[in-house]
Amino acid sequence: MKIGVVTFPGSLDDRDAARAVRAVGAEPVSLWHGDADLRGVDAVILPGGFSYGDYLRCGAIARFAPVMGEIIDRAKGGLPVLGVCNGFQILTESHLLPGALIRNDHRKFNCIDTRLRVENAQTAWTSDYATGQEITIVLKNGEGGFVADQRTLDELEGEGRVVFRYVVPEGGRNPNGSYRDIAGIANERGNVVGLMPHPEHCVEEGYGPSTDGLGFFTSVLKQVVSA
Amino acid sequence: MGNVVIDVMLKPEILDPQGQAVNGALPRLGFGQFTDVRQGKRFVLSVDGEVTDEVLAAAREAAERLLSNPVIEDVISVRAQQDAEVTAK
Repeated sequence: MKIGVVTFPGSLDDRDAARAVRAVGAEPVSLWHGDADLRGVDAVILPGGFSYGDYLRCGAIARFAPVMGEIIDRAKGGLPVLGVCNGFQILTESHLLPGALIRNDHRKFNCIDTRLRVENAQTAWTSDYATGQEITIVLKNGEGGFVADQRTLDELEGEGRVVFRYVVPEGGRNPNGSYRDIAGIANERGNVVGLMPHPEHCVEEGYGPSTDGLGFFTSVLKQVVSA
Repeated sequence: MGNVVIDVMLKPEILDPQGQAVNGALPRLGFGQFTDVRQGKRFVLSVDGEVTDEVLAAAREAAERLLSNPVIEDVISVRAQQDAEVTAK
């Protein structure tokens, strides 16, 4: 079981993503942005960071990296792909996921623990959670406001493709101005998932608020083994 | 040398936090008459020789595929610009 982790110029969380893969007993495989070669991996993670310095738009330049051509083709064929933070931004820029991520409405960088509700526990990356379950993982972003037009938002909700929502206290607001409190979404098939918060930072006691992120990686293991 | 100038703006319905930050600073400088600020992007693409129809067509395609994200932005204009216009005040 091999899970590829892509490194772009400016990726930050590729090592933590590889560590999370190792934590569930799978083999992480480093993928280089400049190589159009997925090295036989069974799934791919696009990690967080600031690819190409967030120049132009977050993820806009990374989206055209040679490795992305392969990932886009294979994702359309069902390869499990997880995009975290900058990885989520790259997935929307690639049009593998709809919508876009814009600057937080309050204009400040977030670095917080955030509570999420699992809205869809049937994707490749969330089958080890229960629908309605709440998890706490970390969030760190400056441009994490999820936006899309009303029709797209209605479609996402109608098709069960909202995978995570921020749990917002009564009268409160979500951490970045995301429409309808959306923290993460999936494609129609459920093999491509993107979210702003970081499960890969929450897989080990003593390093963050929980180990609630482990479920992403155990889920994809099962997915690949049963495929 | 020819240039193509491309202007991109956030769609009107998309929140513009940068524009809001600028809008918040203007009154502090005594500019109280402005009710809103929207911030956009300008790209100047240079070519050797004239800006032909082919060059403009390529610039339009680049504007749609890379320079803007159609989910949140509109390409406002793609036009040829004289060299003097770029360097002049």
